[in-house]
Amino acid sequence: MTTAETYVTAAYCAIFAIVLVYVAIIALKLQRLEREVDELAARKPAQEADERETVSVG
Amino acid sequence: MTPGRAQLGTVGRLHHISLPALAAASLVLVTAALALVFFVAPNDQFLGFSQRIFYFHVSIAFTAYLSFGLGAWKALLHLWKRDPNADLESYVAIHQGVIFGVLVLVTGSIWAKYSWGHWWLWSENQLVLFLVLFLFYAAYFMLRFSVDDGPQRANLCAVYALFGVVLIPVSFLAIRLAQNFIHPIVFTRHGANFGGWMLVTYFVTQAAVLMLAYTLYRVELAGKRLDARLRRLRESYA
Repeated sequence: MTTAETYVTAAYCAIFAIVLVYVAIIALKLQRLEREVDELAARKPAQEADERETVSVG
Repeated sequence: MTPGRAQLGTVGRLHHISLPALAAASLVLVTAALALVFFVAPNDQFLGFSQRIFYFHVSIAFTAYLSFGLGAWKALLHLWKRDPNADLESYVAIHQGVIFGVLVLVTGSIWAKYSWGHWWLWSENQLVLFLVLFLFYAAYFMLRFSVDDGPQRANLCAVYALFGVVLIPVSFLAIRLAQNFIHPIVFTRHGANFGGWMLVTYFVTQAAVLMLAYTLYRVELAGKRLDARLRRLRESYA
């Protein structure tokens, strides 16, 4: 591989790596959001059950 | 309909394209661009094989300018029309611009090391002006995260984004007004500095980078909107 080819390859690898890191960060964030949605979804039936109990006692 | 309104209408219609379709189009275009860059485009007469860096370097630089411009336009819409989505859209566009700015600086430095023997030359106005533009918008995030969420933060960020847009034509023209012309110029007043397959390769690469940038913009925007909705939902449950 010539010097020019090495530099061109390095430039394109850098572009690929930076875009990949960016996509990985977005993927991690989406995973976190999915986890939080699951937590909220689990919390909602519990809250509804509490409210029903309060009404029946009152 | 005026050409300006027609263009805005086109941008508006882009919002209806689904994310998988955008991602597929990006993949096809980027693959085609890489194939053209490495297997079809001929070597440049003066710069040789290293000129192949420029297809993506120039396209990414143009996309970075466009992202900063979009960020400023959305900031203007926030201040002028009080568009409720404009603040978030401006923030995401500037974020995209900064990421593409990093790519411009990295690819430019690699080419400079090969051609000039230096990673960076402080004597080159066009390099320094792009760095100033990049740092200006990088500082936008310091401002955004140092103010509490709310209308005040949105207004401050919008004004800041609008100030930065002045630097875009300065940075763009610096390459053309520089006296030493060390930095190669792809487009002059008389048109492109190359033709044939080189020009085709450049346009395909530009389309690929723009499509990739728009796809990433939409993905990030969707994530940020979901985050905001989730925060409101969590607050209502608390």
